[in-house]
Amino acid sequence: MADVTFIVDGKQITAPAGTLLIEACKTAGIEIPAFCYYPGLSLQAACRMCVVRIEKMPKLQTACTTPVAEGMVVATETPEIAQARKATLQLLLGNHPLDCPVCDAGGECELQDMTFKYGAADSFYAEPKNHREEQKWSPVVYFDRPRCILCYRCVRMCGEGMDVFALGIQNRGSSAVIAPNVPAQLSPDDLAHVDCEQCGMCIDACPVGALTSGTYRYKTRPWEMNHVATVCTHCGDGCKTTLGVRSTSDGSEIVRGDNRDKSGINGDFLCNKGRYAFDFANHEDRITQPLVRQLNGELKPVSWEVALDLVGKKFRELRDTRGGNSIGVLGGNRLTNEEAYLLQKFTRTVLGTNNIDHHRTADYVAFAQALAGQKDRTASLRDTLTAKAILLVGGDPTVQAPATAWNLRTNVRLNRAKLYIANSAEIKLRRQAKAFLHLAPFGYGALAGYLGGDDTIATSAAPDATALASFREAVKAEEDLLILIGSELRGAELKKLIAFGLTIPGAKFALISDYANSRGAADMGLLPDMLPGYQAVGRASDLATEYAAPSAPGLDLLQMFDAAGKGELSALYVVNSNPVAKYGVDAAALKDTFVVVQDMFLTETAALADVILPAANLYEKAGSVTNSYGDLQQVKKAGDRAGVRTDFEMIVRIADKMGANMRALVPFGKGLRADMGQTRGAQSGEADRHAVWLTAQNLEPRLSPFEQLAILDEVQRLVPGYNILRLQLLSGNDQHLEPAVAELVQIGVQTARRDLVQPAADSLFTSGTLGRYSTMLSDLQHNESLRPSSLLTQIQTAAD
Amino acid sequence: MPSLVSHPDEVKVVSRRFGMGAAEIDKYIELDGYKAVQQAIANGPAWIIDTMKASGLRGRGGAGFPTGMKWSFVPKTSEKPKYVLVNGDESEPGTCKDHVIFLHDPHAVIEGTMIAGLAIGSKMGFIYLRGEYRYLLKIVEKAVADAYAKGFLGKNIFGSGVDFDIITQTGAGAYEVGEESALMESLEGKRGVPRIKPPFPAVVGLYGGPTVINNAETIANAPHILLMGGEAYAKLGSERNGGTRLFGISGHVERPGVYELPMGYSLRKAIYEVAGGIKDGKKLKAVVPGGSSCPVLTADEIDVGLDFDQMGKAGTMLGSGGIVVLDESVSIVEFALRVISFYQHESCGWCIPCREGTDWIKKTLTRVYNGGGSKKDVDNVQYLAENMMGRTFCPLGDAAAMPTLGFVKKFRKEFEDYIEGHKAGTPIITVEQLVGAGH
Amino acid sequence: MSTVANTIFSPELAARFDHLVTIYPLRRSALIPMLLYAQDEVGYISEAVVSEIAQRIGILELDVRNVLSYYSMLRTKPAGKYNVQVCTNISCMLRGGYEILDHCKHKLGIGHKGVTPDGVFSLEEVECIGACCWAPAMQVNYDFHDDLTPGKVDVLFQMYRDGQGKDVK
Ligand SMILES: Cc1cc2nc3c(=O)[nH]c(=O)nc-3n(C[C@H](O)[C@H](O)[C@H](O)COP(=O)(O)O)c2cc1C
Ligand code: SF4
Ligand code: SF4
Ligand code: SF4
Ligand code: SF4
Ligand code: FES
Ligand code: FES
Repeated sequence: MADVTFIVDGKQITAPAGTLLIEACKTAGIEIPAFCYYPGLSLQAACRMCVVRIEKMPKLQTACTTPVAEGMVVATETPEIAQARKATLQLLLGNHPLDCPVCDAGGECELQDMTFKYGAADSFYAEPKNHREEQKWSPVVYFDRPRCILCYRCVRMCGEGMDVFALGIQNRGSSAVIAPNVPAQLSPDDLAHVDCEQCGMCIDACPVGALTSGTYRYKTRPWEMNHVATVCTHCGDGCKTTLGVRSTSDGSEIVRGDNRDKSGINGDFLCNKGRYAFDFANHEDRITQPLVRQLNGELKPVSWEVALDLVGKKFRELRDTRGGNSIGVLGGNRLTNEEAYLLQKFTRTVLGTNNIDHHRTADYVAFAQALAGQKDRTASLRDTLTAKAILLVGGDPTVQAPATAWNLRTNVRLNRAKLYIANSAEIKLRRQAKAFLHLAPFGYGALAGYLGGDDTIATSAAPDATALASFREAVKAEEDLLILIGSELRGAELKKLIAFGLTIPGAKFALISDYANSRGAADMGLLPDMLPGYQAVGRASDLATEYAAPSAPGLDLLQMFDAAGKGELSALYVVNSNPVAKYGVDAAALKDTFVVVQDMFLTETAALADVILPAANLYEKAGSVTNSYGDLQQVKKAGDRAGVRTDFEMIVRIADKMGANMRALVPFGKGLRADMGQTRGAQSGEADRHAVWLTAQNLEPRLSPFEQLAILDEVQRLVPGYNILRLQLLSGNDQHLEPAVAELVQIGVQTARRDLVQPAADSLFTSGTLGRYSTMLSDLQHNESLRPSSLLTQIQTAAD
Repeated sequence: MPSLVSHPDEVKVVSRRFGMGAAEIDKYIELDGYKAVQQAIANGPAWIIDTMKASGLRGRGGAGFPTGMKWSFVPKTSEKPKYVLVNGDESEPGTCKDHVIFLHDPHAVIEGTMIAGLAIGSKMGFIYLRGEYRYLLKIVEKAVADAYAKGFLGKNIFGSGVDFDIITQTGAGAYEVGEESALMESLEGKRGVPRIKPPFPAVVGLYGGPTVINNAETIANAPHILLMGGEAYAKLGSERNGGTRLFGISGHVERPGVYELPMGYSLRKAIYEVAGGIKDGKKLKAVVPGGSSCPVLTADEIDVGLDFDQMGKAGTMLGSGGIVVLDESVSIVEFALRVISFYQHESCGWCIPCREGTDWIKKTLTRVYNGGGSKKDVDNVQYLAENMMGRTFCPLGDAAAMPTLGFVKKFRKEFEDYIEGHKAGTPIITVEQLVGAGH
Repeated sequence: MSTVANTIFSPELAARFDHLVTIYPLRRSALIPMLLYAQDEVGYISEAVVSEIAQRIGILELDVRNVLSYYSMLRTKPAGKYNVQVCTNISCMLRGGYEILDHCKHKLGIGHKGVTPDGVFSLEEVECIGACCWAPAMQVNYDFHDDLTPGKVDVLFQMYRDGQGKDVK
């Protein structure tokens, strides 16, 4: 829209016509107070805090509902306005408990701030305040009615934002109250409850302490915490979450997760896991000492020195006696990129094998191959918020990638984006869809073919032929389509779909996976046949020239267990993964294998280990992760637990104990010469290259082998696509990376493999093995089991 | 059944058929019924609107907005259907005029709705009655059914090629639903919370379509105006206040009732002549001239003409035409408390100044009434009311603040004397009685 | 969706509701009339009423509760067979509305929102009911009674007790 110019407080401002005055002012640095206004949610004009004086208008006007107009003259702070706001605050405070000293929102309360600003603290009411007991609506949502100022943010957040509609407004006048969807009279315990997605967005939006979170209530005060912005460890969306950290006797404890600054890739959003499920770190079952299995079969705590020594010696011995290819390595989806990279490098160069894999939750290999040689074809999570048209094939973002779902809903609501969905299940996002195509069971491959023009398989794609035809028609007519793909599509089917998508001008793609760094695990080469950056092993590449990696592909995850069953696997090194549970591995298969597991808990896999090394989790380390979309973000250390170590450190120490060349593994310390790459002997050449690169990047050499940044340097130097902008990363911003597979790789080897993708199949309240150790998630599952979630599924798309 | 009254000074236009059995369709037809709508069809929308403009008819719901102009605001073409919505929520204390229209002349409302529909190009009208008016709803429903039976409503009305349907609707107890945008919300099956304006209903109204909303009396006037001509109607009233209106005179008068008087008629005469003067020969103390929302007039302020402009000049409003007369025995403290209790009960609660303001004024006045007040409380009440004025989301906040300000400003001494005299606490009626309403 | 299998309403009312949801541009417009008519038949808005009406219109039960709690005529607890609603607003107050209310309280032995033990009467103090010119006034269910005196009230109560009262629905 055309720009208009107007004057606010004597300052000339220009903004697009139709912009709300409150937003235009904010952009120009003029803050107008607001309780009920919340960007992106429907307008209320209810709190009357944002009143301003507009020339030629008889009354004060609400800035939150007034669109800017040419020539408008506005005053935002005059004695008249200050008095109006003060009076409004006085009215609110008349019934407000003013228990700020104990209120969770104390110090972060918009009412407190405004009262301070407008000097409205003096109360002249003699009447007693209305007192009501605090209500526990769910394990995570608590409601303190007297503190509620009825701004309706929570109601809109839940309805418009979450599409859950679990909160309502009941009664009227001064009896009006926010009410949850399970009334006391329908509840077995005679208390009102909320049957919902438990995202906590309502709490986040609440300007006061009326809605508080079960994890944080009365625990501490905001100013007694350190706030660490990091990345959520749960799903593949990779939301920025701010962890509130408090020191304890044995480290530092995370007491709160929230989305304070809203600057992250997730914007306003955070789901229940990002917000509450940080508590696994404090679970009583956490292992905090290395454990070594004794002859009698018992696990016995030992010192770190003993444990690492044992692992190092044993690995070395097995490599030297039975060969590197008798050892298997499994990495995790919640490792940092640096750890994953280091693990594969350790495997390939120190253990000397390509037997490395991870629990795949989506087929990124096929994805990268299908997009080989393309530019600007991969989407960022941010694109889901702005794309004009989206095709979602498979997946159920509402449960699997809640931030993606939030963005899609928001995009449809605010920008009228067109959402096309093809799914064999009636996923909730269909309520936002312009067209929902109900696919036949397993109809994804057929759909991909049909979209590409193969009409013979129409019936296998979807039962409704006309719906199918018009769906294809509509999708094909789009431009700049964002194509989101669920993990149902793999291998050839995935490639077929992408090939179709590539015929649409400007189309971009993303493949949705399940964990915080599933994408990073694949990108970093936790694969038996791919080096980092999807470079086939045995082929010429920058990486290959520096790596003394075996040239033949290694065993994949399933083959490793097969090999173990046949007694051919001498050792298995599992770093942050629980394959035994996920793939239903027979415990007996591992009886002759030396199993080392790095984990936080005695998982099904750890229970079979000979050595268990207690690991730090993603909230206890620094590094970077890559979300499903290829957005790279920095992970910062928030919590700390005595006795545990990061996977990074453990890998380095094991390598050291094996007698590996540490400088070759982790490029730390000063390079010998930085003479622009002239080779002076085999070793120096490698060190040189890194040093030369560092100099060119204006980077200092890292000082210790435990510095993950040293590996990040190498990743940036060697992994195609990871051309990271350091400043972006270090200032906590996300950046989108594209896999840069230069050429199509022969797919012979891959097609021969079994399907290795196992989606996590997590619900809203589970998160793989890790989730089992979150008390909050268990509580939510229990809470969910108490009621049939009929209320949720009943919702109709609003008719108006 | 409400008794009919009459007085020689009355000029009967909208009440012409009262008491004549016009609720029966045949009787209504006999009394010139459904002629105006046929004229409207014959002469077209522009003529209807011009005639309405010429009549000087101003909305009888309270705000007095010129009806012809309101109709002319509706865009000629619209993607969404247009609607006519008749406001029969009549809940302003002191007001019972629509009551008698629905009772005695429901077809006039139906015919008026059709005329409004023809004027704006709408095919559907709604007549919304407050929930308490069930017996009147039955009468209106029967009238609508009779009109359908005669073929007056439905497809191709009077051979015009135009379809018109009317749906009757009941409320369920909410004063705020009388506010036009809250009325639309209620009709859409929602809580009676007003909408943000703009957009105004004439552009985006019911179901998102352009909508004309008029009070039942306004609408019932339309057929008469078309039949008698706009100018003739205008001449009955005063300057810029065309025609006549129904005044409900209640409280301490000898002959309370609904009277149709010309606009501009003297308030004093209305009380002392038309309504027979103060009951039992007592002295007049004050008048609430147009429903409870209007600032009170003292006994020596009643030499004023009953039209929108003159009442405005007198510092009050013509409002809904409900004239409530208070004799010397009335305690203004008690009266003010009863008024604010109403608004406190009826505030929809959406916006802070009204929701909290009405509550605090009520609480404070309750304490004052109960004998626990201090002079500071009167200041507080005034402060609260002043800070509600013009700051609320919809006019209900003003409607609560205005009379309150009137009471404390004009009767401040009485409040102070009351506080002095009731230190021991001897209220006339118990607080429970006063505060209990509706809770 | 318009017809409901195991309706809790009488066949007549169910049929009426089947029709009602179809006459408006949006089904939801039927909500408030349905609630009131359901209350007329059932006596109050029970959970079953909430649930069936939500189902008939195709909205959440929460939506129904949000709306029903707004309107003062709708109640979620049973009232007496005859619900006596006495207006005490200004016009009635000036002409003895509170005396009438007190008289009713005394006569029925119940207070505001009370129900007599035999369930015949309940009492409510209400806001203006649009009968100001015939004050003091009250409604028994939907039936208006105006120009009241305590004596008239006694006669009315007797009439209702004897089953002679009109019962507008
Ligand atoms: C709180 C409030 C209550 C109202 N109640 C009524 C009412 O009961 N009946 C009515 O006709 N107008 C009522 N109005 C006025 C309407 O909003 C609207 O102005 C009117 O129906 C327009 O019709 P008119 O132009 O014919 O007067 C009320 C306004 C407010 C602010
Ligand atoms: S937690 Fe989320 S889903 Fe639940 S009520 Fe709050 S906003 Fe709604
Ligand atoms: S609970 Fe919080 S967000 Fe919800 S209305 Fe109350 S103050 Fe606003
Ligand atoms: S959407 Fe995913 S990344 Fe974001 S908070 Fe939830 S689980 Fe974490
Ligand atoms: S002024 Fe505000 S609270 Fe009062 S009725 Fe209007 S919108 Fe509701
Ligand atoms: S922010 Fe504008 S009224 Fe609340
Ligand atoms: S004041 Fe009692 S009916 Fe209007």
